[in-house]
Amino acid sequence: MRLRQKFSGLALIRRAFGRHESWQPQWRKPEPKAAYDAVIVGGGGHGLGAAYYLAREHGLTNIAVLEKGWIGGGNTGRNTTIIRSNYLFNESAALYDHSVKLWESLSQTLNYNVMFSARGVMMLAHTVHDTQVFKRHVHANRCNGVDNEWLEPEQAKAFCPPLNTGTDIRYPVLGAALQRRGGTARHDAVAWGYARAADALGVDILENCEVTAIRRDGSGAVEALETSRGLIRARKVGVSAAGHTSVVLAMAGVRLPLESYPLQALVSEPVKPAFPCVVMSNTIHAYISQSDKGELVIGAGTDAYTSYTQRGALHINTHTLDAICELFPNFRRMRMLRNWGGIVDVTPDRSPIIAKTPVPGLYVNCGWGTGGFKATPGAAHVFAWTIARDEPHPINAPFTIERFRDGYLIDEAAAAAVAH
Amino acid sequence: MLVIVCPYCGKRPEIEFSYGGQAHLARPAQPAELDDQAWADFLYMRSNTKGLYAERWRHAHGCGRFFNALRDTTTDHFTATYKSGERQPEPVTPTVNP
Repeated sequence: MRLRQKFSGLALIRRAFGRHESWQPQWRKPEPKAAYDAVIVGGGGHGLGAAYYLAREHGLTNIAVLEKGWIGGGNTGRNTTIIRSNYLFNESAALYDHSVKLWESLSQTLNYNVMFSARGVMMLAHTVHDTQVFKRHVHANRCNGVDNEWLEPEQAKAFCPPLNTGTDIRYPVLGAALQRRGGTARHDAVAWGYARAADALGVDILENCEVTAIRRDGSGAVEALETSRGLIRARKVGVSAAGHTSVVLAMAGVRLPLESYPLQALVSEPVKPAFPCVVMSNTIHAYISQSDKGELVIGAGTDAYTSYTQRGALHINTHTLDAICELFPNFRRMRMLRNWGGIVDVTPDRSPIIAKTPVPGLYVNCGWGTGGFKATPGAAHVFAWTIARDEPHPINAPFTIERFRDGYLIDEAAAAAVAH
Repeated sequence: MLVIVCPYCGKRPEIEFSYGGQAHLARPAQPAELDDQAWADFLYMRSNTKGLYAERWRHAHGCGRFFNALRDTTTDHFTATYKSGERQPEPVTPTVNP
């Protein structure tokens, strides 16, 4: 990787003498070439990461990432940045923990500070059922080498002092499952870091380039993409288009078991450090952490209906804020600054699809639903493998489209015991 | 929040309703005769349309009845709601391009 300008403390000091005027753009803005060896559709963290790993680990450097808007402007820039790997099933634990391990050294790998902070993710239990499910998760995770531990309410309070562990609230905290290796990262930096590193390896990042059709040859294999910036030939196309995956794959006649829903999030005004970790409550729908800028970052639920509008209803947000105010009474007078929505593609079993499609040369990484950010490095890594070798990595081998036909669901929907 | 016109009760706020997904999916008359792919298609495949979409709603906190609706998923505007068993009406307004 030949970075034009390497980031370091020394570089920062040196350029300070030049009033920081010598910094250059972090990636090129090239014109599309007529043909590439491989093309990734979707310039979010997953797509940019896949391009980076294709170039770095598989030697494919004549590749492009096509993004219909600007990079990182979709769900990569809209999520609540929670990273964890305490999933129940073996297949999921392997995939998400692969990702957490990559997160831990991602800043060094990319020479870009993605601000990964393993501050701990605590999932609250409010009912006997929650308690039993989370303890089962803790044991299953330990069998898979994934750290997760059970906390009694007073231990949860010690780990997160703002937490209300009183017994007089509607859903008292009965305990919590804590993954200490979990945490948060800076979402924009993940897209920018992958883009800069991929660019340094020769990858063309083509923004404002929307795919309008997929051309196939006589054998049915992918031949070229028609885009808003002209025809681009490629024999390998990887689609990483989140909520719009159904729309893109329909261009090649591929149907997927996906439904696209709005998912909302909101942030408060920035305040001094007041919240030490990430707290999630699936049962009463509260997801909260504090960004390094000081905003409380709060995740709300999905709306009830499928939509592509990138906005949702206010009552979804107020429902979450009700839960936040009860769990963290010191935030009751905080003012919320902004709220927004993103479109997430949800599978029936709430596990992703990272696989070949029935169309030769067409690959898909989708179905991340409400939790794709945490998987960015791991999913990108195995997706690149799948594209380069035309066969899945052992980690993503179970995450096929055919699992729905064959009955091998990876049913994290039931495991999470939450209406996503 | 959406305002939804229940064909039985009239205009009501969205929180009175529960969502029922894609409409007009008939359960196969002879499930045992389906192969695995056809059964998976019925169970899991949805059109996930970007544009005008026929879907089911249930007036859960009202009359309790299911009905169908036509909604544009790029704007969330309803163009029609109609009773279960009725034919899907023709689009009243031009649909937005996908």
